[in-house]
Amino acid sequence: MTAAALFLAVFLACAVEAVEATTIVLAAGTARDWGSALKGVGAGLVVLAAVIAVLGPALSAVPLQALRLVVGGLLLIFGFQWLRKAVLRASGHKALHDEDRIYREQLEEAQRASARSVAAVKDWYSFTLAFKGVVLEGLEVAFIALTFGSNQHDIPLAAIAAGAAVVAVTVVGVAVRAPLARVPENTMKFAVGVMLTAFGTFWGAEGAGAHWPGNDAALLVLVPALAAMGIGLTVLLRPSARDNAAPLAGAAR
Amino acid sequence: MTARIRAFAAFWYDFVVGDDWRVAVGVVIALAVTYAVSRTTVPAWWIVPAAVAVLLPVSLLRATRRR
Repeated sequence: MTAAALFLAVFLACAVEAVEATTIVLAAGTARDWGSALKGVGAGLVVLAAVIAVLGPALSAVPLQALRLVVGGLLLIFGFQWLRKAVLRASGHKALHDEDRIYREQLEEAQRASARSVAAVKDWYSFTLAFKGVVLEGLEVAFIALTFGSNQHDIPLAAIAAGAAVVAVTVVGVAVRAPLARVPENTMKFAVGVMLTAFGTFWGAEGAGAHWPGNDAALLVLVPALAAMGIGLTVLLRPSARDNAAPLAGAAR
Repeated sequence: MTARIRAFAAFWYDFVVGDDWRVAVGVVIALAVTYAVSRTTVPAWWIVPAAVAVLLPVSLLRATRRR
């Protein structure tokens, strides 16, 4: 269960962030210069690889209980952010992530910017736009992959999941040469939010000294319970549900 | 230079803490209480899930009221 959950959580998180990075790189390459944008992607991947190379062994050296406490707490806070945004989006309180709109905005901005070459980079704007896109979107994924992998003593599996997601998104991105607007990003973010919150709860409590009834099997309850809670909150927070509830609330006062 | 340090700190604050700092504080408190209770004979596993069950709806309600 945990190996499959590890793979799924890392794959989904990585795929979502890869879709967002692809949109930025596509805008930089299409509007300006593909060579500079791809150099930016390469430089961004080198930075991410360096972060993973430094943090990976460092995390492996931390005692498991302390690692689970700190990492569980961080994953829980991360999971909350993902789940909170997913529920706000699904309930209509936050705009849905729209890759087409983001792509158009990035494209317009890239077309307006002035050209400047720096060293071997022909167009500095394309380079920095693609570099920032890859590093900023990739940092969160690197953190998720490393923490899940180190907690499960299976960093290679987390790396395979992350790599598979990047390859899948890149292949589709190259094939369609357009923002991947049909990827159900919001649903994927909801699933990742549930997984991160569930695993954060499990590892955080365990790291703080708690013993779960049924050990790892507790995750089989935590994951569906959190998913049900997220769906329930989405339904309750939909404006129509709250509008219908308002007269009742007023009558109760 | 100060602006860069501020931007760097703001990035990490946003990266780790996110939109609602109360959630981060709530998580830290829940873990601290779990640690304290786990030193006794009382089961401590339920504290973090209970905190999640309270923090998520409260944070969402605050967010939807602000909009």
